[in-house]
Amino acid sequence: MSLLAGHPTEKYVRTDRLPHIWCPGCGMGIIFNAFASAIDQLGIDPRKIVVVSGIGCAGRASGYWAYDGFHTTHGRPIPFAMGLKLARPDLHVVVISGDGDLLAIGGNHFIHAARRNVDILVILVNNFNYGMTGGQVGPTTPEGTRTTTTPYGNYLEPPFNAVWLAAASGAVYVARWTVYHVRNLIESIKTAMQMRGFRVIEVVSTCPTDFGRRNRMPDPLDNLRYLKEHAVYKKNPDPKEAEIVWGKKFVIGEFVKIEAKETFGDRIRRIIEIAQSRIRGKS
Amino acid sequence: MVGEIKPGTYFWSGNDAIAEGAIFAGCRFFAGYPITPSNEISERLSWRLPQVGGIFVQMEDEIASIATIIGASWGGLKAMTATSGPGFSLMQENIGLAVMMEVPIVIANIQRAGPSTGLPTMIGMGDVQQARWGTHGPHEIIALAPSTVQEAFDLTIKAFNLAEKFRTPVILLADEGLSHMYERVNVPDPRDVIIINRKMAKDPRNYLPYRADSDLIPPMAPVGEGFRIQSTGLTHDERGYPAINAEAQNKLIKRLIDKIQKRKHEIIDYELYRGDDAEIIVISYGSAARSAKSAVDMAREENIKAGFLKLRTIWPFPDELIYSLAKKVKAFIVAEINEGQITREVERASKGQAEVFWVGNYGGRWIYPEEILDKILEVR
Repeated sequence: MSLLAGHPTEKYVRTDRLPHIWCPGCGMGIIFNAFASAIDQLGIDPRKIVVVSGIGCAGRASGYWAYDGFHTTHGRPIPFAMGLKLARPDLHVVVISGDGDLLAIGGNHFIHAARRNVDILVILVNNFNYGMTGGQVGPTTPEGTRTTTTPYGNYLEPPFNAVWLAAASGAVYVARWTVYHVRNLIESIKTAMQMRGFRVIEVVSTCPTDFGRRNRMPDPLDNLRYLKEHAVYKKNPDPKEAEIVWGKKFVIGEFVKIEAKETFGDRIRRIIEIAQSRIRGKS
Repeated sequence: MVGEIKPGTYFWSGNDAIAEGAIFAGCRFFAGYPITPSNEISERLSWRLPQVGGIFVQMEDEIASIATIIGASWGGLKAMTATSGPGFSLMQENIGLAVMMEVPIVIANIQRAGPSTGLPTMIGMGDVQQARWGTHGPHEIIALAPSTVQEAFDLTIKAFNLAEKFRTPVILLADEGLSHMYERVNVPDPRDVIIINRKMAKDPRNYLPYRADSDLIPPMAPVGEGFRIQSTGLTHDERGYPAINAEAQNKLIKRLIDKIQKRKHEIIDYELYRGDDAEIIVISYGSAARSAKSAVDMAREENIKAGFLKLRTIWPFPDELIYSLAKKVKAFIVAEINEGQITREVERASKGQAEVFWVGNYGGRWIYPEEILDKILEVR
């Protein structure tokens, strides 16, 4: 009997893989369920969803959902997903990975896929550190916080504002939520799944085992409480305002929403049409 | 079909022939990053692939290029990339991913002299062992080396066929000399050429992504059809689920090695020239093979019993062939534009039955037939 027997999203889960590897209090369970719920509510055929992930805690999600799932190399889920999407434009291709995977080792692919407007949804799980490897500083670690490689406090690495980075690089949909804001997250995934182009949802998550423990929040609930107390919803916020400073309020909401922008796949198909019509013209 | 090349005779560079061979083999997806001396491949494919309804993309780097073609191959398209030494180095990790996920892809590595930036515009053959061992961990790999422009065309088709047949990455090890050389190429009638397509699973019920058939190769499933594909670079079981233990590792890696090693007779391709009575055999491959053949003819004119073995398949290495020849000859001379990367393979495979000598240079110029002849005269 499955651990999830009777759960509304059971059919989207590889129940034979449970229990999962995520720590107690990890935000991944909430994100995992939010995505499955969004797909369920939209009524999308789950066979037409492909999930591609990189390496890290968030990267394991592709192996627990029952969709076609590809667990690739560190930092490379976006180019892998791009190849798959261009080959199979009929499928929904979703990338889920962490801040280290997508913004550090894979940062170059993130901005270039946004620039091209590759037709994929990227769920960027930001837990402020490298959880899988033991809690090292990452590209989104807030200044002043403590990690295993910033034992004197992170006074070295200013973090990326991932929202602004995505917006400036050309993403057509950029939203940020936290794992406390589950309903907003589900609605946002539903919105993004119905759009085309490079879409990014940053989910500020919790990592009590690594980040929380080293920043005076070993209890999972304290991590959630931090998000509840510091996240401030704004309507149509400016991506520039999206920086996260530890101990201060940060903005959540839908920062960018651009409809009907030509995708990379659209452009490729147009080039094929031009090339083939020229050949036909000659013969 | 629109845009496909007509059978006939063409005057192409090695890079042109690789691009056309790819399309002939059914390649419909290319992703690459500019690097000398491979650029004519991507330039030609950016023009030719759209004509046949294929997709050309220029990526932000070589890592993205190989990751993208692995994704495209999972999407059902025959896919390739082309690069040279520095880019080939960057691709190594994802070659391992393609080995582990068992994804057919072709990587054309147009070798230049290295290491590092080296001599970007000049010949080198120093990536032979990197092709074999460049990605980490125990694995088997297939690599082919053309030495004429016709072979560049033919072996590119073969590279795709082997990739599809064995569900594995295949490396086409060309070099700058061949890539920029123009020669006549005969393009056959497509009906006369065998094109192999990957074995596909048909029924999603009870499908396990990594349950191999008796040929040790699991059928590939189409994405988006309810097969619930699960694929990872982690060590995995037949379900494709991570299995983090030594037993799973040894079972999986043994199969990945055996699926190629046990059928290497279907992969190994070579040409033995004037070998019947030879006492000295010159072994070579790639551009260096051209000079080696001339040197053997020159030696025969001086009544030296010299022969020539051209390797078209570099990996898996033809151990048994080398050993059987070693028992007949006095010596092997291996001609290559590197420090002796295949010389050591010949030494290993000879098992002490023949002396093995190296002739060559470290890159930047050809080996001249006279240099090889001098070595033959020295050794005899």
